[in-house]
Amino acid sequence: MPQLPLEIFLRGSSTPEPFAVEERHCVFVCDRKASARGVRAGMAVAAALALAPRLRVALRDPATETEALLGVAGWAAQFTPGVALEFPDGVLLEVSGSLKLFGGLESLLERLRQGLAEMGWSSVLAGAPTPRAAFWFALVGKQKFIGESAELEPVLAALPLEVLRCNDETLAAFEAIGVRTLGELRALPREGVARRFGQGPLAELDRALGQLPDPRNFFVPPARFGAAIELPAEVTRAEALLFAARRLIVQLAGFLAARSGGVQRFVLSLGHRDKAPTEIAIGLVAPSRDAEHFTLLVRERFASLELAGPVRELALKADDVVPLPDRNLGLVLEQGKPPGQWEPLVERLRARLGSEAVCGIASRAEHRPERAGVIADAGQKRLQLDFGERPFWLLEFPRPLAEIGAVPSLEGPLELLVGPERIESGWWDGDDVARDYFVARMQNEALVWIYRERRGEGGWYLHGVFA
Amino acid sequence: MASMPISFAALLDRPDIWRGQALSRGGAPTLPCGFPGLDAELPGGGWPAGALTEILPTHEGIGELRLLGPVLAGLSQRGLRLVWIAPPHLPYAPALAAAGIDIANLVVVRVASPKETLWATEQALASNACGAVLTWPQGAKYAELRRLQIAAEGGRAPAFLFRVPEAASESSPAPLRIALGTSDGGLAVRVLKRRGAPLAQPILLPSMPPAVRGKSHHVDRHPVASAAARDFSARLVHA
Repeated sequence: MPQLPLEIFLRGSSTPEPFAVEERHCVFVCDRKASARGVRAGMAVAAALALAPRLRVALRDPATETEALLGVAGWAAQFTPGVALEFPDGVLLEVSGSLKLFGGLESLLERLRQGLAEMGWSSVLAGAPTPRAAFWFALVGKQKFIGESAELEPVLAALPLEVLRCNDETLAAFEAIGVRTLGELRALPREGVARRFGQGPLAELDRALGQLPDPRNFFVPPARFGAAIELPAEVTRAEALLFAARRLIVQLAGFLAARSGGVQRFVLSLGHRDKAPTEIAIGLVAPSRDAEHFTLLVRERFASLELAGPVRELALKADDVVPLPDRNLGLVLEQGKPPGQWEPLVERLRARLGSEAVCGIASRAEHRPERAGVIADAGQKRLQLDFGERPFWLLEFPRPLAEIGAVPSLEGPLELLVGPERIESGWWDGDDVARDYFVARMQNEALVWIYRERRGEGGWYLHGVFA
Repeated sequence: MASMPISFAALLDRPDIWRGQALSRGGAPTLPCGFPGLDAELPGGGWPAGALTEILPTHEGIGELRLLGPVLAGLSQRGLRLVWIAPPHLPYAPALAAAGIDIANLVVVRVASPKETLWATEQALASNACGAVLTWPQGAKYAELRRLQIAAEGGRAPAFLFRVPEAASESSPAPLRIALGTSDGGLAVRVLKRRGAPLAQPILLPSMPPAVRGKSHHVDRHPVASAAARDFSARLVHA
């Protein structure tokens, strides 16, 4: 990951200004806009600012780099259990056992490349029979893949000595004796090299060639997911945060795939400069690890979100990872659109319309009509009851009807067809009713359900429509 | 070599042979609407799945939901969900249960604006996770209906759009459009648009709730003997 120190600052959103990361007053790495103006790594910051006056310079942040590297490792664990870290900017995957599962090397590389890009990381992918050699290829920017140990030696011999990552004095000493590549180093007498430079460089080379063992500690993903992105510029519109949120969501999906798990709830927190962060909890009907689905839900929430203030940082947390096995694919492909999943639809509707917007209806053992049909949670089990004639539509609040010459009237006099059906109930809870219900016909032949109030002032009310 | 005798009628029955006066049998799946006389006039013999069906009642309360009773009952009993988006009133569970609809599978989506009605309908159709979608859009434009039709295509759910009668004069991408009125105390179904030859005459369905039917002031309600129905040159059909 050659741009890691830069991308931890820039992956959340792009900045119009050129950007560079400094270490010990020198430019450590800079973006394309800066290099277009002549800024180079190793240059003094003052000199870089002279070339590009609008250059934004950030101090190198090794802690965030390490955190990002751990995040990438957690995401990459979905492809193989053998993930090792090569600090400060490399991740090693032991993939020989995974190639078949992911449809061959090319297909695996494509998935790696695409996933890393979606998380906002540029990458150099390289492969070799030994981890050391693979990492060296990546270091020099070679997208090289070597499957056989026998082919390794000539390719390694051409690599520059810088891959050893030894200090500048050692490099200068090698250069003084005319050694620039690993091949030239190997051609020297081993004893002499060992005496002058120590066993280090030679041992490294032997590990790369597979002549010395190179055991690695495999990375163990944490039990919970947490990742954050610092934004280079404060964001004031919620929709603009989706870009950064998407990067974290892709990472979450990979993390969950590695654990064969899913989450039913995750929390996005938006960090402000001098306020407590805004926390957005996103709940799902059923556990999932589908990045597209997560993105849709977050988009719907962002669409209706009023920001409390400009956002400087975006974090994603998911605490409870539950097991979520992979779905078996059917042997026979079905025709037409495959039947969709219900839960994601409900989540999408609720995310935008509010959680009360989607509900079911239920029947209850209750004589009062307004209590016999109620709003309930969608998909609950209900009891079946036998009632008399009831309308499909019930008015939430009965509507008073005019009375013309003792005849109830709704756009003209109503003709009473069936009734009265006397309903007296509810004396025990103080909300008692005493009504005579009728099915009535309007002048335009519509059928309505009306009642005559038998208590208090009496009067006629419209309560339902036979649609 | 003995060849299988093929009757002329059987030959005409082949789905790839289309006769000028016949209705489209374009292979699009349909769901029987439960009223044989109406099914006979609908292309494919029922409500189209994966397509919009517009229902334009002259006013509410004439039996516009009862018309969908059989298909909704069948779908819900098969465990498929009926999604009602922006209904004008609360769907009343005891009445729906009495009509055979498994109300455990009925889901109501309430919205705050007409825009959200269209959005929620599109989501429900595109998800292909519903057994049927019933929606009450207000003032939908052609382009918006077109989006819904595209979302519905290829899916399994019939989509019923309840619209005001004035919408009949606007053009619509829905392949099936039905206007509902009353005639002789029953429900007169006029097919405004269908795939295939147009239908000039309305179909008369007895639509009232059963207990009310006998109490009508119209004396002669027997389906076959109804002279009044013939006067309206309507086809009379048993429920």
